[in-house]
Parts: sequence; C-alpha cells; structure tokens
Amino acid sequence: MTFSQELESRFAKMLDNYPPGRQKGAVIPMLIYAQDEVGAVTPELVQEIAKRLSVKPIEVNEVVEFYSMLHRTPLGKHHIQICTNISCQLTGGDELWQHACKKLGIGHKQVTPDGLFSLEEVECLGACSWAPAIQDGYEYHHHVTPEKLDKLIDDVRQAVKAQ
Amino acid sequence: MENLLQEPHPLETVLISRRFRLENSASLATFLANEGFAGFRKALTMTPDEIIAEVKLSSLRGRGGAGFPAGMKWSFVDRKSPKPKYVVVNADESEPGTCKDRVILQYDPFRLIEGVLIAARAIGSERGWIYIRGEYRYLIEHMNAVIAQAYAAGWLGKDIQGSGMNFDFATQSGAGAYECGEESALLESLEGKRGNPRLKPPFPAQVGAFQCPTVLNNVETYSAAPDVILKGGQYYADLGTPKNGGTRLLCISGHVNRPGVYEVRLGMNMLQAVNALAGGVWKGRKLKAIVPGGSSCPVLKAEECDIPMDYDSLAKAGSMLGSGGMVVLDETTDMVKLLSRIMKFYAHESCGWCIPCREGTTWLKKILARLDDGVGSVSDIDTVDQLAVNMFGHTFCPLGDAAAMPTMAIVRKFRHEFEAKLQSASQAFVPAPGTRSLPIVK
Repeated sequence: MTFSQELESRFAKMLDNYPPGRQKGAVIPMLIYAQDEVGAVTPELVQEIAKRLSVKPIEVNEVVEFYSMLHRTPLGKHHIQICTNISCQLTGGDELWQHACKKLGIGHKQVTPDGLFSLEEVECLGACSWAPAIQDGYEYHHHVTPEKLDKLIDDVRQAVKAQ
Repeated sequence: MENLLQEPHPLETVLISRRFRLENSASLATFLANEGFAGFRKALTMTPDEIIAEVKLSSLRGRGGAGFPAGMKWSFVDRKSPKPKYVVVNADESEPGTCKDRVILQYDPFRLIEGVLIAARAIGSERGWIYIRGEYRYLIEHMNAVIAQAYAAGWLGKDIQGSGMNFDFATQSGAGAYECGEESALLESLEGKRGNPRLKPPFPAQVGAFQCPTVLNNVETYSAAPDVILKGGQYYADLGTPKNGGTRLLCISGHVNRPGVYEVRLGMNMLQAVNALAGGVWKGRKLKAIVPGGSSCPVLKAEECDIPMDYDSLAKAGSMLGSGGMVVLDETTDMVKLLSRIMKFYAHESCGWCIPCREGTTWLKKILARLDDGVGSVSDIDTVDQLAVNMFGHTFCPLGDAAAMPTMAIVRKFRHEFEAKLQSASQAFVPAPGTRSLPIVK
C-alpha cells in the first residue's frame, strides 16, 4: 500500500516518538491519519500498519474495534457529528439532532446516497460552554441552530452543484 | 481558530489565563515577552527536591477530576530507578461539561511546555508525551507546530538553553474513547493498545508508560506549575483555601446567560459563580440544580449550592469539584431525561473490561430510557438506585463510580420527578418516534 508523501513523512516522524522497540505506540495515530487519507480502515490498511509496526494484524484489529473514531466503511465527505450530551442537550442538541436527521434523510452512522454527508450522534466534544456544538469532520461549529445547520448543509450542496 | 474567550470578569483571578487575551498569545515571542519560561529558568537553579517541595507547599491538586495533590504524585516517582522516567500530559478532555484544557492549549500552549519541563526536571525525565483526544485534531496540529518551534528555539531537545538538560516531547492522538482519560487506560492507549485500565497498584509513578516510572497530570495541572515555581508555593497556596491551593478554570455551561471559561480562586462561592460570573440563570428562570464538576459529580440542588468551590467543601457537600465543568440546570430541566442521557454516555464509553460497569451502565441505560418514556413501574426507580449502589466501588477503574454517583444523587434527590413521569404517562403513553422501549410487563 502506498500513501502520500505527506503521510509518509508524518509516519516517519511518529515512529521517532517512542523509546526503542516501542513503536507499536504509533498504531492509533497511524490508523487515524491513514483513515483520513484512505477513507476507511480497510483490511489492506490493517495489514500494512501491522507490517510497518512488526505486530500481528489482530493487534491492529483489536484497536480498531475499540476506538469510536475509527471506522471500517467510508463516511460521507462531510461527516456531521452532533453532540447531544448534557450541556448540548440543555441548549437544544436533541432538537438539532432531530433536525439533521430530517434534513438529510439519514440516521445515526448513515451516509447519504450521494456520499456527501454522513451523520453521527456523538458524545461530549469539549465545547460545553459554546453549546450546542457540532463537528463537520474535524471542524468545530459552536452555538449551532437548526438554521445554521441548514446553511452549512445547503452551502455544501450548492458548492457541489456549482462544480 | 475560533475565539473561545468572553470578556474578562472583575471577579476572575487571572493567573493561568493571564496571557490568553494578549495579541498572538500562542506565539513564542509573546510568551517570552511575558514571563514565559521564567518559572522553568528558576526551576533550573533548584534541586528536584526543592521543586517538589515547592509544588507540595502550593497544595496544587490535580485539575483533571480526582484532585490528587500534584506534589505528592511527583514525589512518588522513584528517581533512583535505572529505568527512564516519563512525563505524560492528559489532554483527553472528555468529561461532559469540561472544555478548559482546549482553551489553555489554544491560547497559551507554551505555558504547558514550561510546566512539563518543570515536572521533567523534578523527576529526572528526558521524554514525554501529550495525549490529545482525536476530536481535538486542530489542537494536535497546533501543538505539533508549537513543539517544533520549541525545538527550534532550544526549549526542547538536547541541552536545553545550555543547561545540560535533555527533553523530547511529542503529541499522541487518541481516536475517540472517554476511558482513555483514566490515567492507566491512557497509558495503555499510548502503548498502542485498547484503552482498558490497569490494575492498581502499581501506580504510574512506579510502573507507567512503557513500564517505566511516569508522572501523569492534566493539562491545567502542569500549566499551573510555572506560576507555582515563579511566584512561590506559598503565594499559590494563599490564593485558594487551606489544602486547596491556587486558581482553576471553571467551564460554565447549561442554562446561564453567559456560559464560558472563567478563572477563579478555589473557594469561590458556587452561587456567586453562577449569578455574577455567568450572569445568572437564563430566561429569568430559577435555579434547579448544579452539576459541579462534570457529569460524574453528584448534582447539588439549588439550596445546596451556597458553598465554597474547593475540593474539600464539595466533598463535604456529598459531591466533587471534579474537572471544573459546571453545568447549570434551570427549573424546567427534566431530570429523568438528563440522567437517561448521562447513562447513555457511560454505557457507550464503558470499556467493557469489568462486568459491574459494562452490565451496570447498559442496564441502567435501558431502564432509564424506559422511565424517560414513562414506561415502567415504581419499583424500577428502586432498581436504578440499587444497580448504582452495586456498581459503586466495585469496578476496576473510576468509570463505574462516575456512572453510579450521578445516578444515586439524581434518583434520590428528584425521585418525585420519576414518579410523576410514570403517573402522567401511564394514562396516555405514546412512545416518542424512533425510540425502542421495552414493552410494559405487568
């Protein structure tokens, strides 16, 4: 498997971060950065990372199953993550979640047919004082209202149409 | 990066946050021009024992949630061990209600580097990591840039500023797991494994990262160290109450007019924080209850909130100061819904390693979701309480306690709300669309 030059140099730097013989520590950061480039944690990716870290594929697989941000199938181009944990719930997170499901016509961990959006109800994002909060991929949006969410989605659709 | 700061409030005591509002506050130049690394420079003239004594004197306690005295933690590291010693920063900020470490890393990241260097000097460490939750990707990239700058300017790496001290520091990304905020699970994750907790003892001070002696603290705890050293342990201790030194960042969220991250002295009155700092309960409503320090902490009813916010006073009131994530609930808050959501979180985040937590949180989630739908019997309310009692103190790590404590508090203090919900719903029960409640068994 080949990766971009940027990711290769990131990997090289990562492997430098551990004491000698302890490179397995890089498995989680490698997986998450590789997933961003590949689109999902594919069986080939698991094999590749296992090979590079000299561990068994099962040692990579057991990690993939544990962490909620690692996923086996591709997400939408815009992965909309809506927090409904307490600070967000108290300020409209549930309504935002319902609104997003209706607007996109999909539910938790589903992808729109055009592959443009996926949706996930997530746990606390660490944006409690600026609730309700969502993440579009890694990008934070604070004080989100149904109107703001509509705009975000519509803008993406518009941009795609314009291309 | 989006602005996370509100106008400073006169009741704030700015120490950790004193550089936050400077122009380019995250730059090395701004940092150096405003007492940056002065604490570390002073630490270089002190012996490790003197540094630890100063931190002990400051009565700085862990800002991640447990509130363990930092100086004690540092002193437990066996400095004579032939193994390397490590410094690990916990930036896995995931406790619902908590959003302060994010602000420190965004606005004054070199402060953390300075604190880490002081800890490294105190325990004789030459390597460390900052474990940042995967969702904070922008901060991981930000910290990578900050660390690269620190290397380039000779504040990390070999022979730091000609002192002979070496220290390597790197970021480590998480990938979505609340459990990795627990120190031993974090270390497992750092080693490339599932984030399951370890049996303690041995504690990380003896057997930590990669089986070596390790100091592990929260971002805010390390970030307090530069001022403890620079201004002295006594100065820092005097800012707070006895055994509860210094200031801390308070993240106020929920039903208030001015939610935000505020820096206060330990011991500030809780109602004053809500009413003066956060502008009071929103929409002119009355206060119902406060979650004092993240969702794990037992809620306090409005009449219990007239207390000083320090670790010991909160413990006396039957709760915890926790992580500083204060969630304010107004009189309209549905406590059954709130607890149901809290439990959904813990059931999702339980790592599954031990049975009381894995099964307890899952069953509590199911029963509470049912009660929230108004389905069930009054005896289910007792079952909820009993499940929590059985979990408390019987799990491998504190996640089980974290789920049990708010459950016991809410179900006992607001039992009437659970009963009222059952009564009103048993007359006309309509399940909410999309919910999967269990059928009523009679």
